[in-house]
Amino acid sequence: MPEKFDVIVVGAGPAGAACANVCAKNGLKVLLIERGEYPGSKNVMGGILYRKQTEEIVPEFWKEAPIERPVVEQRFWLLEKESMVSMGYKGKEWAQEPYNNFTVLRAQFDQWFAKKAVEQGALLINETVVLECIVEGGKVVGVRTDRPDGDIYADVVVLADGVNSLLAKSLGFHKEFKPDQVALCAMEVLNMPKGKINDRFGLEGNEGCSVEIFGDATQGQLGTAFLYTNKDSINIGVGTTLSGMIRAKVKPYELLEYVKNHPMIRPYIHDGEPAEYLAHLIPEGGYYAIPKLTGNGVLVIGDAAQLVNAIHREGSNMAMSSGKMAAEAIIKAKQNNDFSEVGLDSYRTSIYDSFIGKDLKKYKDLTHTFEANPQYLNEYIPLMNRAASQFFTIDGTPKREKQAKIMQSFTAGRGKLGVVKDMYQAWKVMK
Amino acid sequence: MAKTIEEKQYLVRYKADKKSHLTILNHEKCATECEGQICTLFCPGDVYKWEGDRMFVGYEGCHECGSCRIGCPNDNIKWEYPLGGHGIVFRLA
Repeated sequence: MPEKFDVIVVGAGPAGAACANVCAKNGLKVLLIERGEYPGSKNVMGGILYRKQTEEIVPEFWKEAPIERPVVEQRFWLLEKESMVSMGYKGKEWAQEPYNNFTVLRAQFDQWFAKKAVEQGALLINETVVLECIVEGGKVVGVRTDRPDGDIYADVVVLADGVNSLLAKSLGFHKEFKPDQVALCAMEVLNMPKGKINDRFGLEGNEGCSVEIFGDATQGQLGTAFLYTNKDSINIGVGTTLSGMIRAKVKPYELLEYVKNHPMIRPYIHDGEPAEYLAHLIPEGGYYAIPKLTGNGVLVIGDAAQLVNAIHREGSNMAMSSGKMAAEAIIKAKQNNDFSEVGLDSYRTSIYDSFIGKDLKKYKDLTHTFEANPQYLNEYIPLMNRAASQFFTIDGTPKREKQAKIMQSFTAGRGKLGVVKDMYQAWKVMK
Repeated sequence: MAKTIEEKQYLVRYKADKKSHLTILNHEKCATECEGQICTLFCPGDVYKWEGDRMFVGYEGCHECGSCRIGCPNDNIKWEYPLGGHGIVFRLA
């Protein structure tokens, strides 16, 4: 008789490790399966980790987790070819406990985070691919791995296998994602001495800065670039929808070079020493792309469930929360000895009742609207740059005339009615 | 600075399997039914190379991102995970 677990979690990223942690903490026998050499070795994100949802799994994690810097300043740059409109917020309160968010390097953070699940009693096995779910009588009863005699059984299998969730797809929980439901992101880690980072970004000690970059960075495609400060390195990356990348016929690494060489960005990163090049897909299909979340003996969490809020660059926090909610549903199912779809259904309702379901619902039409209306990126961001330039240029023109000119420039292209329509539409999808 | 894709790919650690985890299902289709062989454009690892009339797949440099599976207009790429412990090994972000 092969060994049987209460729970098998496939994938030791933030979602899987959080689920394994909470299950194990509550006395369940948990197996956590990772296909990489170690947790994090296959994972990529820009590098911002939110405090709140991580703390719910490991209280006061920042005291021991391998974090890079607490973020004290969040900037937004609206980029044109040779200019930018810059906004942001910097607050010293973010430099103190309990902090707002942190920059992290995932390969290091994920190893630590999975270790915390192991400390709670979960068994972690690396270098093991789950080839398929074992289904008997319409119920998932285990997994088939690529190890010899690799069948393992459990009451519940949790799919935390990321954006390329071949397992959820093979169970028929969703169709193949479409090119407009995923974003392709390329990034580089550039090593740079701490002092230089602090000078360039106006930081002190271990304070961090994050920059989200819109406009010319993606050459008109729907997407963003970013710049995050680690201890002794900088993450720089850019991503657009895969459909945008295909439409523009631009290579992701060439777009990354374009961003690195942009005159507004280059001064912050030049002479940084390249340390790693990474690419990954981000599931950005939003509310409509959320697959079936529960089945008989099976749950889908994290990126595999498309739980990403692209507008607020939230993903790993939703992954951890969904892992926790899945664990809570499994604990309940164990008490009732009912691992059917109905018995596990509290996971699905928890997701939709939580900030995850609510936030994704709030922005359900946003990606589509922005992809279908490129003028927001292609026209309004350049207009804002020109308006700012005019406004701050002292050339003897009276201010009232300047303002009139700026207003004219906004309505010249699309007409007054067009601008009002665009603004109303933008408000509608953001509200 | 790592300007070219070759320089960038040298920054990454791989433990390539002997067997490819990426398979072109029908080579004929790439030649006749695909305009521009777009996988050669968007693949971030420059895995796909169109040489004359045939697609060459340098799976050893694959980032396992999944773009080619989703982006291939003809569903012509069989995409699997490399065997346990193989493939790309990220050390940082």
